[in-house]
Amino acid sequence: MYVAVKGGEAAIENAHKLLAEERRGDTNVPELSLEQIKQQMSLAVDRVMTEGSLHDPDLAALAIKQARGDLVEAIFLLRAYRTTLPRLWETKPIDTGAMNIRRRISATYKDLPGGQVLGPTFDYTHRLLDFALAAEGGGDASLDADPAEPVVAPRVTELLAGEDLIEEAGAVPDKDAPGDLTREPMEFPADRDLRLQALARGDEGFLLALGYSTQRGYGRTHPFAGEIRMGAVEIEIDIDGIDGPVTIGEITVTECEMVNQFMGSKTEPPKFTRGYGLTFGFCERKAMAMALVDRALRGRDLGEEVDAPCHDEEFVLAHADNVEASGFVQHLKLPHYVDFQSELELVRKMRREIEQGRWSDGEEAHDVAAE
Amino acid sequence: MSQPSETQGAWDPSYNFAFLDEQTKRMIRRAILKAVAIPGYQAPFASREMPMPYGWGTGGIQVTAGVIGPDDVLKVIDQGSDDTTNAISIRKFFVRTTGVRTTESTGDASIIQTRHRIPESPLREDQILVYQVPIPEPLRFLEPRETETRQMHALEDYGLMHVKLYEDIARHGHIATSYAYPVKVAGRYVMDPSPTPKFDNPKMDRCPALQLFGAGREKRIYAIPPYTEVKSLDFDDYPFELPTWDAACALCGDTHSFLDEVILDDAGGRMFVCSDTDHCRERRANGHVGPAAAAAPFETMSAAP
Amino acid sequence: MIGAAQPILQADDVAHYYGRHRGCEHVSFDLFPGEVMGVVGESGSGKSTLLSTLYGRLTPTAGRVTCRTRTDESVDIHTISEPERRLLMRVDWAFVHQNPRDGLRMNVSAGANVGERLMAVGERHYGDIRSKAIDWLERVEVDAERIDDLPATYSGGMQQRLQIARNLVTGPRLIFMDEPTGGLDVSVQARLLDLLRGLVTDLGLSAIVVTHDLAVVRLLAHRLLVMRKGRVVESGLTDQVLDDPQHPYSQLLVSSILRT
Repeated sequence: MYVAVKGGEAAIENAHKLLAEERRGDTNVPELSLEQIKQQMSLAVDRVMTEGSLHDPDLAALAIKQARGDLVEAIFLLRAYRTTLPRLWETKPIDTGAMNIRRRISATYKDLPGGQVLGPTFDYTHRLLDFALAAEGGGDASLDADPAEPVVAPRVTELLAGEDLIEEAGAVPDKDAPGDLTREPMEFPADRDLRLQALARGDEGFLLALGYSTQRGYGRTHPFAGEIRMGAVEIEIDIDGIDGPVTIGEITVTECEMVNQFMGSKTEPPKFTRGYGLTFGFCERKAMAMALVDRALRGRDLGEEVDAPCHDEEFVLAHADNVEASGFVQHLKLPHYVDFQSELELVRKMRREIEQGRWSDGEEAHDVAAE
Repeated sequence: MSQPSETQGAWDPSYNFAFLDEQTKRMIRRAILKAVAIPGYQAPFASREMPMPYGWGTGGIQVTAGVIGPDDVLKVIDQGSDDTTNAISIRKFFVRTTGVRTTESTGDASIIQTRHRIPESPLREDQILVYQVPIPEPLRFLEPRETETRQMHALEDYGLMHVKLYEDIARHGHIATSYAYPVKVAGRYVMDPSPTPKFDNPKMDRCPALQLFGAGREKRIYAIPPYTEVKSLDFDDYPFELPTWDAACALCGDTHSFLDEVILDDAGGRMFVCSDTDHCRERRANGHVGPAAAAAPFETMSAAP
Repeated sequence: MIGAAQPILQADDVAHYYGRHRGCEHVSFDLFPGEVMGVVGESGSGKSTLLSTLYGRLTPTAGRVTCRTRTDESVDIHTISEPERRLLMRVDWAFVHQNPRDGLRMNVSAGANVGERLMAVGERHYGDIRSKAIDWLERVEVDAERIDDLPATYSGGMQQRLQIARNLVTGPRLIFMDEPTGGLDVSVQARLLDLLRGLVTDLGLSAIVVTHDLAVVRLLAHRLLVMRKGRVVESGLTDQVLDDPQHPYSQLLVSSILRT
């Protein structure tokens, strides 16, 4: 019978089988291993961990494989896994000043303690397709020399702070601990701790566009890339009965500190201000965009004129999450028969009324006219 | 006609009962209690990512997960039907994560999760109706800012809502809102009934069942306690009106239920059938016959004159 | 002044600073029922800052603004609760913006614009709301036929008159006007001024009119404040100030108008 549309269950099962087949592709081609994804698609893994809010390269690689390379879908898988995990410990704040640096650049100083370390960057590559990579075995590479030992160096902002030229690094505002928007729904206006959390989880593309808009005059923040650093930091926890923190491992993070010109306001003398970005792994573009947007969102607190999209905290924070956005955009695929039926009836009724001359004489739409 | 199917699934023990951890369920229950205590008020809650996408019922699922127990009997409908894909998907999710009995019969269910409809048959005190809500804020499309709408609710500043209704009447001669038609709950909060058709609004008024609304992406839960007054907004001289159909259900002949229009061919042939498939099944089981069911195969009905 | 009416609005040494920059300071006056006060000065003189502070949009850095409500209570408009403030704005006060777009809802019809304040204070009869809207459109010389049109289809002068109707429908007692004729053609200005003068007189409204246009205050205002660099440099009856200005700045202001 047409009406009941039975068979939805079987259809779903078949769709899932088809999906699995598509994911695997041609079985004559060897299947991707998680190790391959982790090793050779590491930036995808890093993005999925960052926006998925879970540092676990193995699970991120699995999510990428399962999502057929769709990173937003992979982020969703990781988030759905993460959401009900038990929380056993809270780590100490990581100390990026003690980072084992693999990359570190500053756009504000030509040279500085610890030096500029380019590290594994696309920055100065020529963007030419490398057809050698298309050949089997063409991707093998080795360094001419052993890589340098990771360096430890003070942060650029600490150098500026020494001269009192830059504002203090933000402190957790009047609370016992930083907020957590996955445990308490965010309320507006939001404090900076929650804003940073939302931005760290936020969609890279969205933040990139917003950050770019601040550079094109929609809420200028006069930024300098004070420092971008990437490398390993230790993860520490406090355990009852043991003196001092215990290191439980290392993770790689990317940190960006923007240094922004600030002309002063009614409450503040002119000085430099900070915008902050942090990601898991090596997500430099995201970290930079995040720092731009973080600084833009501080305009209100700094007494600046707030009129651009990037200043609008509710707009930025409510739309940054790609798991939320993706779900709601795509829910339009679900049936809306009932609502549509209601609209259908309404349109018909209104058309009938017009046909029946309810709107005759003088009730016609007026011309658009000046007096 | 088939009997309502009822199944007893197997709980996959690798999941906690109802998927969510116990702390999360407690948090949801606290939000529900707050919502019940302040009828129509949107209580914030720390919505979790669910294995389904936002916009696909994550709010309703979390509310159901918060209230369901092993002895419950669950019915899930979408567009009034038990057999739409998303309803199936949500029902399967709960079978797998709870093992509860499921049913298609409105009368047999203790919890009914719904998207876009309220069942035709009256609900009872021992039932809970859980709505999936996309945009919980009835003022959202008049005023986009949460800080402003929150204040409007707090100050009962609802003039803007009537501006919208005024505008409908001025332009169309009647209030041109056919679904998500705003209501005032217990004489205080203006509330969005979720995108149910306004046809269903009177069913919310003084309903013996507890009505719970969950909006996952927007992180809000709200409620209508049993026997609470729910009034559709209107003007004294333009009272709330129910839509009517010229047709009866082609299958069961009902003239009082919400009818879906089914296109039968590309020549304009169509028929109208009950949106509530269980209601239609039950009527047919009791011997009601509609114009199309009487003949076999179906005769197409032409569009209403 | 025993037995005389109480002031409807009192400014007591009001100041507003933008950081270290002075918006306005040391402003004091009493405004009595039925009285229209003009505030004149060139742009940057602090007159708009003063208006925003009096209306409660800006918080005074010093001093206070008190008003008498419909129920004859005296309230400090910067410390009353939000519900009280909103009620005051909806019922007792009105604000006419220079740009009608700032004071109108451009996406709903003229009728809805006029009816909004009525609905906000609880009117729920469509027919009554509509007939009051028609009445007010006629009073501001807008063709009642245009009641269902969007304000965007109106000319600038009509939009400004619509804004006035929207403000006056609930019978406020005090109206704030910020350059009400700014941005309009001279002929349209004259018609609007004439209308405003009639309404203010007929309804016995009190008003504060901020403008750089001395012709506007000559026609509307009983009294004047002349502002320069955030301070009142001269005040008095309109004719007195305009015909015999005492302060050099007032003299300059008056003579510059006379020259043009």
